[in-house]
Amino acid sequence: MDSFSTDTLPKTLPTGHARINTMQMQGIVKHFPGVLAVDHVDFDVSAGEVHALLGENGAGKSTLMKILYGLYQPNAGEIVLNGVHAAIKSPADAIRQGIGMVHQHFMLVPSLTVAENVALGLRSSREPLLDLNTVAERINELAKNYGLQVDPWAPVWQLAVGEQQRVEIVKALYRGAALLILDEPTAVLTPQEVTDLFDTLRHMVRDGHALIFISHKLHEVLAISDRVTVLRDGRKVGKIATRDATKESLARMMVGREVVFQYQRRAVEVGPPLLKVENLWAHSDRGTDALRGVNLDIRAGEILGLAGVSGNGQRELAQVLFGLRPALRGEVLIDGQPVTGKQPAALNRLGMSYIPEERMIDGVITDFTVAENLILQMHGSRPFSASIFLRPRLIARRCGQLIENFNIRTPSQETLIKSLSGGNIQKLVMARELSRSPRVLIAAQPTRGVDIGATEYIHQRLLDQRAKGTATLLISEDLDEILALSDRIAVIYEGEIVGVIDRSEADVQHLGLMMAGVRSEPDAAPGAEV
Amino acid sequence: MIDQLLDSSVLIGIAASGIRLATPYLYAAIGETFGQRSGVLNLGVEGIMLMGAFSGFWAVYTSGSLALGVLAALLVGLLMGLGTAFINVTLKAEQGISGIGIFLFGLGLSELLFQQSFDGVVTVRGFPKIRVPLLSEVPVIGEIFFQHNLLVYVAFALVPIAWFVLNRTTLGLKIRAVGQNPQAADAMGISVARVRYLTVTFGGMMAAMAGASLSIALLNVFQQNMTAGQGFIAVALVYFGSWRPFGVMAGALLFSTVNALQLWVRTKGIDIPAEYASMAPYLLTILALVLAAQRVDQPAALTKPFERGE
Repeated sequence: MDSFSTDTLPKTLPTGHARINTMQMQGIVKHFPGVLAVDHVDFDVSAGEVHALLGENGAGKSTLMKILYGLYQPNAGEIVLNGVHAAIKSPADAIRQGIGMVHQHFMLVPSLTVAENVALGLRSSREPLLDLNTVAERINELAKNYGLQVDPWAPVWQLAVGEQQRVEIVKALYRGAALLILDEPTAVLTPQEVTDLFDTLRHMVRDGHALIFISHKLHEVLAISDRVTVLRDGRKVGKIATRDATKESLARMMVGREVVFQYQRRAVEVGPPLLKVENLWAHSDRGTDALRGVNLDIRAGEILGLAGVSGNGQRELAQVLFGLRPALRGEVLIDGQPVTGKQPAALNRLGMSYIPEERMIDGVITDFTVAENLILQMHGSRPFSASIFLRPRLIARRCGQLIENFNIRTPSQETLIKSLSGGNIQKLVMARELSRSPRVLIAAQPTRGVDIGATEYIHQRLLDQRAKGTATLLISEDLDEILALSDRIAVIYEGEIVGVIDRSEADVQHLGLMMAGVRSEPDAAPGAEV
Repeated sequence: MIDQLLDSSVLIGIAASGIRLATPYLYAAIGETFGQRSGVLNLGVEGIMLMGAFSGFWAVYTSGSLALGVLAALLVGLLMGLGTAFINVTLKAEQGISGIGIFLFGLGLSELLFQQSFDGVVTVRGFPKIRVPLLSEVPVIGEIFFQHNLLVYVAFALVPIAWFVLNRTTLGLKIRAVGQNPQAADAMGISVARVRYLTVTFGGMMAAMAGASLSIALLNVFQQNMTAGQGFIAVALVYFGSWRPFGVMAGALLFSTVNALQLWVRTKGIDIPAEYASMAPYLLTILALVLAAQRVDQPAALTKPFERGE
């Protein structure tokens, strides 16, 4: 144990529940079929501190925490709470022992109200009847104490993502969570919301809560945590006090080698607008207006970054542009030619390529082989087929080149896609889409769930494509990615473009405000440098 | 024909038999509502109805006791409900297909048992009409609503009870949560499997009651395949009623009234071929399902087995 003292903290939590002074996970092992997800990992946290768990996607962070929360059973190892062995066979056990978890994908029932979500699974004061008024009162109390603004009577589906996260935290506190696990809590928040969240977390730590903060964002880990444990490939590769850590040292531990944070951006001659979007309207799946008059233009040799909090119309915009969702009004033009309403195959022929957000659903067919996936749109044309027959030798030769050029790590061309890692699948999608030398590229969340190594590679490829004169729309919720690659940045909020700014004028503060819907006034923009 | 129909005694008669004929739909569809609200579609309702109809009938025939008839049906419904839950929840079967299996099982077994136990068609003395004191004397209203047998009253009483359980109790909250987002319910320490076993088993018991209401209260006979698709219509009614007990009741009344009307048309020997008239409820079912396809308040996890850590 570190020389961490809990003596100065209040004996009980403000919620009236007992503290968890120490929690230790010892020698935890977890196998999944064919994978060793967690390999003899030790991890601990004490009351009054934030212990960050850092690692790439697939490093085993979430698995380790799901074991602590009782969602998975470890194959070996034990959990010790306040010095006593704890049996945690299910989330119900974890909750009873004071452990709460805010999941990356919120565990809320959208059709229920906030109060109903909080009351779910708890004994009511009027069992077997619900007593939502009492629940709502207690929620308001907690909300006031911890600065978590929530309306107990609002249906959850109406809430913005940031509000939903507050509901998740309230839910855990309501259940008496003394130890709270936060799994990638900032992934869906605007920079301002992250600041608010961190205020809440600091407040909780002062009150004697123990917090585990899972992230792969280095600057957030540095800002909020007291200690950092780094996982790589299921193994613990380091544990250090945050004050001794730097962004570079953490990245090295996480990836296992030096990481480039700055890219070489060649100056590129910008050409005429290739893709124009004029007053585009479209419905969401629910039938509400997801796009409300979007205007954009992207020139040859330019990357236009589209920033915004998830769910503000990015997904629908990408789908309309690639012909997967009908436009209600407005026009999409490639090279001045209207292409609104054309099918994806026609858009392919016009030189448009699409890297979809949901690569496992829209990007590949998981039960097909690497080679089959590499020729998905081209299988019916030369040289891959003649009349009605596929030509395996030519396909194999071409796929071999792509696998080599794009550094796709696969045992063979005949390997099924589903056994590849996320980063390699994304490289495969990139290979297929870029091999057609697109003039217009729609890249939606190209590095989501991809490890740092593959991310670097994908970013470099997007910049290469820019140098070749492709007009790229980069849709991303990762502001760092937007800032690193874009020539201009458009911000989308509730289906409208709030503003478009040049990369030289962009800073996180300003973008964060725009992502919250604040209109950009050129003269009112804060003057801070990037 | 129209002037005959507009005769007040005919209208009252059709309305009263509409209420009466809604009974099996109500039992089966209210039970199925619970299953579907928790995310399990049981297409085998029809088969369980047939087994309930047979077992209730057999018990009444051999013992002469109506109470034993109801108990026998409930017990058989419980067993078939548990079996359905085992197949759909524990074994995670494809619900559309497993339901067809349960239907065929119930159809075949009830037929076999009937042939083994009875020699041709026999009848039993079923639930008698109960005239509700005072209320049954009210003109028109009394005749339509308050001169039915006990199982009819119980069926209608189930509707507000079901509404109350779903919307005002902790159990109802669990059921709704499990049907909308089982992952979230699981993370809150609720056993998804236990909730689904409960609702599906209850649904089985109610389906069996639906069958028994035909064989020992409405028709007082048992025949092979006597439910004639009513169990399937009950499943459709749950969609039609948007998974809400009162909506389900409205649908059940609509169907049973159409049914009563077509029965009246057939007895009058009016020159519409009987086949067209008897098609009406089924056409209505198709229409209901087409309309239901546009609904958005369907339980999000309906027909999806739950697996942890997905």
